Amino acid sequence: MKDFKQLVNRYRARDRERIAPLLLLAGFLIFPCTGPAAVLPDDRADTLYHYYDGGGVSVRGPALLVRKSVMDNVSLSGRYYVDTISSASIDVVTTASPYKDKREEYGVGIDYLHGNSLLGVNLSSSKENDYLANSFGMNVSHDLPGGLTTIHLGYSQGHDIVQRVDTSFEDEINRYNFRLGVTQVLTRSLLLGVDFEDIAEEGYLSNPYRSARVLGASLPERYPRTRDSQAIAVRAVQAFSSESRPAISSLRAEYRYFQDNWGISSNTLTFTLQRYFGDRVLGEARYRYYQQSAASFYSDNFTTEMVYMARDKELSTFSSHSLGYKVSWKFLNRKYSVFDRMSLNFSHDYINFDYKDFTDIRTGETYSFGANVLQLYISAWY
Amino acid sequence: MKPSLISTILLCMLWWLAGCAQVRPYEREMLADPIMSFSRDPLSDQYLNHVYDVREGARGATTTQGGGCGCN
Repeated sequence: MKDFKQLVNRYRARDRERIAPLLLLAGFLIFPCTGPAAVLPDDRADTLYHYYDGGGVSVRGPALLVRKSVMDNVSLSGRYYVDTISSASIDVVTTASPYKDKREEYGVGIDYLHGNSLLGVNLSSSKENDYLANSFGMNVSHDLPGGLTTIHLGYSQGHDIVQRVDTSFEDEINRYNFRLGVTQVLTRSLLLGVDFEDIAEEGYLSNPYRSARVLGASLPERYPRTRDSQAIAVRAVQAFSSESRPAISSLRAEYRYFQDNWGISSNTLTFTLQRYFGDRVLGEARYRYYQQSAASFYSDNFTTEMVYMARDKELSTFSSHSLGYKVSWKFLNRKYSVFDRMSLNFSHDYINFDYKDFTDIRTGETYSFGANVLQLYISAWY
Repeated sequence: MKPSLISTILLCMLWWLAGCAQVRPYEREMLADPIMSFSRDPLSDQYLNHVYDVREGARGATTTQGGGCGCN
């Protein structure tokens, strides 16, 4: 057993970088292709405007996702996303000056259908004035004979450059994600999914602007230069029928357990209820609970200087509750348009964050805040 | 218990359940409805996952694959 653990420990980030794409390719090649069961994603376009406001931070901007199939077995996608940030968060107002920033992200992807396997490759690039990020990803989904079981494999790799706007500071982060999942049809109205993801990072994982507190004095944060995390999620969705419609509503439940080698562990529980109201309106209500423990090198106020020190509230002990709803309205008749159908969607979530060991140094009280998340978007299928 | 071990157990259970499942192709009408999808609107779900990712210590195993970002 000890030898096995040593073997697992040797399987570090750089090994995964080499092995994961080979595993993915091997998975794609060995899956038997016995007839068309898998399908390409829908041809659709989504235009979205998002708005976040909470804790002194406001983020807004447009997003666009377009997907179109070419030939019978290839689908192309393009994505554009903007965050316009105006931040006077508690970190900023207690240690620095409020700032404004803009982040733009571009992404392209191609999916290839081969028998009952779907192979996808995607690239994305994100840029703001002090942070650059590029990533590459590969995914394989394979429907097993019978069409009741789908296996998913995924690998992605990212390279980030971290900078400061007011100095010549520059460092980098390399990130490796490996995903494995299974979706299983259990009955004519019940689906079950299990997903596992391992993420390994190496590089400058801190924030160059943030400070830790040592006996009330500010010192630059210092994080380990590696992080390895695992997350496992189990999700199920059950449909309910009525006399007028085979599936008039559904209830989705999801649970995720997460842990990493920084000492953080977390639990996430989500419930989503969806229901049709007539032919044109689809309503959705959702609740999400999140709880995490603090990183081993987190402290609200260190009593002595340590090798690693963090005072990032995202690494503290906290919980959050989120309550939201979404309304989708189908408004197009295909007789009068090039589109098969269109929908107008509005979504609103309210999130309440409650920190257990992060103090608002302006008041001396533990910190908490609420945030509103709004989305307005149009979807078109063609 | 390590998530990787939990994953192995869950995947084995799912494999066992797969053997029990018998749903004929003509019985899958409900399963094809959009409300049975784990991610009905990919762009909207990507955005919402991004909102949580940048404010929480946990990441991964969501229904969407995020892009790069200056999240820290």
